[in-house]
Amino acid sequence: MKKHRLSTRLWHWVNLLALVILFMSGLNISNAHPWLYWGQWGFQPNTAWLAVHRWPGWATIPGYYNLAAARDWHILFAWVFAVGLLLFLLTALFNKHLRKDIVPRRKEWRWAAIRADIAAHLRFDFHHGEGKYNFLQKLAYGVVLIVLLPLMLLTGMAISPGFDAGFPWLLDVFGGRQSARSLHFIVAWCVFAFFVIHVLLVLLSGPVKQLRDMITGGRFDEAA
Amino acid sequence: MKRRNLLVGLGASFVAGCSKVGDSAPMQKLFGLAEGWHRGAQRTLAGRNALAREFSTKDISPYFRGNGTTDPKEASYAAHSAAGFADWKLAVGGLVDRPLELTLDQIRALPQRTQITRHDCVEGWSAIGQWTGPQLATILNLARLKPEARYIVFHCADVLEGANYYESIDLIDAFHPQTIVAHQLNGAALPVTNGAPLRMRIERQLGYKHAKYVQGIEAVAGLDHVGSGKGGFWEDRAGYQWYAGI
Repeated sequence: MKKHRLSTRLWHWVNLLALVILFMSGLNISNAHPWLYWGQWGFQPNTAWLAVHRWPGWATIPGYYNLAAARDWHILFAWVFAVGLLLFLLTALFNKHLRKDIVPRRKEWRWAAIRADIAAHLRFDFHHGEGKYNFLQKLAYGVVLIVLLPLMLLTGMAISPGFDAGFPWLLDVFGGRQSARSLHFIVAWCVFAFFVIHVLLVLLSGPVKQLRDMITGGRFDEAA
Repeated sequence: MKRRNLLVGLGASFVAGCSKVGDSAPMQKLFGLAEGWHRGAQRTLAGRNALAREFSTKDISPYFRGNGTTDPKEASYAAHSAAGFADWKLAVGGLVDRPLELTLDQIRALPQRTQITRHDCVEGWSAIGQWTGPQLATILNLARLKPEARYIVFHCADVLEGANYYESIDLIDAFHPQTIVAHQLNGAALPVTNGAPLRMRIERQLGYKHAKYVQGIEAVAGLDHVGSGKGGFWEDRAGYQWYAGI
């Protein structure tokens, strides 16, 4: 049995490219009006809840301030991200990847088990627990797949005026257009935080094998 | 420190690569396609005639920010402004059976629509205001579009970077009930900052579509001969998306 299914591997790398481009073009878009507000409206920097850093060229796409070009990238890769996420989640639902590998079992939610899992992580022991992933892994992947990435998509659609006309309730859920814009920004940084931790843990747990397995599929030994 | 330099170097070369790929003809074509997919998806999911949210008077923002041109410097505009826009005329022409030249009094005498809507700028900010004016559909029906008309172009009095501002929309947005030629903001005559004496409201698209200081409305069959062919001032100069519902 492969450790990672073909659908998982394909989506993983396509989604990485999409997220990197969306994040970096998003930082360019943020530079156009680097203030965030709550509610429906907001345009005065002195009423902003956050004055955002101005991102340097090496962190943005394109590598200089250009709102129109950054929006081109963002608008194109929004499709790659949205269609990819939808296909992956549907696949994971039907082949039971979500239920079997991602959603933690009831007995894993016990405090003693969670404490033991945290302690193992602190000893850099990542290969424990039954199934493909340990509790903290399941929790991290689950939150990213089921909460953060769908939120990126929904807050992104909610700040499009054309989409709004058909689904004004979506903006009510987020508390208004400027709130949705703020959430889009906050959730993007949560995804970035996951990215950093994910890469660090790969580096700490045998990066060559981990990368190879995410390309070739690797082998999953259920007895391990 | 070395690792940080490596990261910045990697980032910089990825960014440089993207910037180069982004300027290539196939990528530009792909960007255009993606824009069209959004337009199609939005109009399919939301419906062609979906109305933008309308708010109540208590939601109106304390003032309405102006952007782009906020004080046209041209002598002819200054003269109109000094005269209270008494002689301002809106020319309606192009592919119509009955070209019109409407005065502000005639425009105010048409059936009016008042709507409190949110204005979203491409930069990211939003403001809420109350707009009053006739529906563009009323004016287009008076002028009677020829069957080959596909787009409506707005010609403006303000000059930016040496050219008059212009914008265009298709007939779906032109005949949308909330597309109005506004002459009032928050119950008073439109201020110069916000496009006096006439500005467009295209409520399901971003701010740069809402042409200000409007002097001419022209029906055309295609956008090839409008400006440099991309359908609007910022579309032609900076590559902004023509469909701004995204």
